[in-house]
Amino acid sequence: MTQNSSTSSDATGEILASLTKPPISRHTLALYCGASYDHNPMHVDLDFAREHGVDDVFAHGMLSMGYLGELLCRIAGPEDIRSFSVRFSAIVPVGAEITCTARHAGLVERQGETLTALDLLAVDADGATKLMGSALIAINGKNS
Amino acid sequence: MPKILDRSLIGKAFEPFDVMVEAGRLRLFAKATGNDDPVFTDEAVAKSRGYRSIPAPPTYVFTLEMERADPFDYLDLLEIDPGTILHGEQSFDYHQTVCAGDVLTFENVIADIYDKKNGALQFLVLETKVTDSQGAAVAEMRRSIVVR
Repeated sequence: MTQNSSTSSDATGEILASLTKPPISRHTLALYCGASYDHNPMHVDLDFAREHGVDDVFAHGMLSMGYLGELLCRIAGPEDIRSFSVRFSAIVPVGAEITCTARHAGLVERQGETLTALDLLAVDADGATKLMGSALIAINGKNS
Repeated sequence: MPKILDRSLIGKAFEPFDVMVEAGRLRLFAKATGNDDPVFTDEAVAKSRGYRSIPAPPTYVFTLEMERADPFDYLDLLEIDPGTILHGEQSFDYHQTVCAGDVLTFENVIADIYDKKNGALQFLVLETKVTDSQGAAVAEMRRSIVVR
């Protein structure tokens, strides 16, 4: 049930997949606001944002985490993902172009399964880190 | 300096609620996140790949939890203005694949409240247990919210 078989070798430290999304426009933020059910006005209402001390609206953290999720689904199916976590390091502003990478971080035994650990990173076009995280996926022994 | 959050609310459990996973909303989410893999929008493609219906992408359980009248009820209870928060951390543990047609139950608990930098930043941790219609575990979520 995996797709986009662009995985390379299983060596620890190797980048297994990467993905660059189009720059986040205000339209993107409006669509994601509606689609995500997170209607926090900080992401779409400029007046509200300015009343709360910021110059402009900014992206939902979960939009970028969604991009990392899309990256994971290029390596494995959603049914193979056992855990997925991130820290949101910096605000993602309008116009940000996010590149996500997943790097092989070794194998982990958990509840009778051999899982592949991944280090996840989302950076902007200048290389500034926006999200850092990790995932455990069950792809060992499967055709990738 | 933000209003000091009420530590007595640590451990506060909210009333469980149910959400149905709808194909139309999955399609909108795929559009909004720019994900053009047809498995996330097309029922026939999903079934041909062995899913019972369109599968939810990995972060979608977070969206499902917000699909209700007042998704910021825990912020309201703590008197936190949504204009003052930032998402600090987010984690998911998964036990089952979520698909269109599923009805999931969500239970939220305020797991922790603390501060750093002598109160200049406060943190709220909300944990969510997600179960299916049989009560079996589907996922757990843990979010850390920073209050500016």
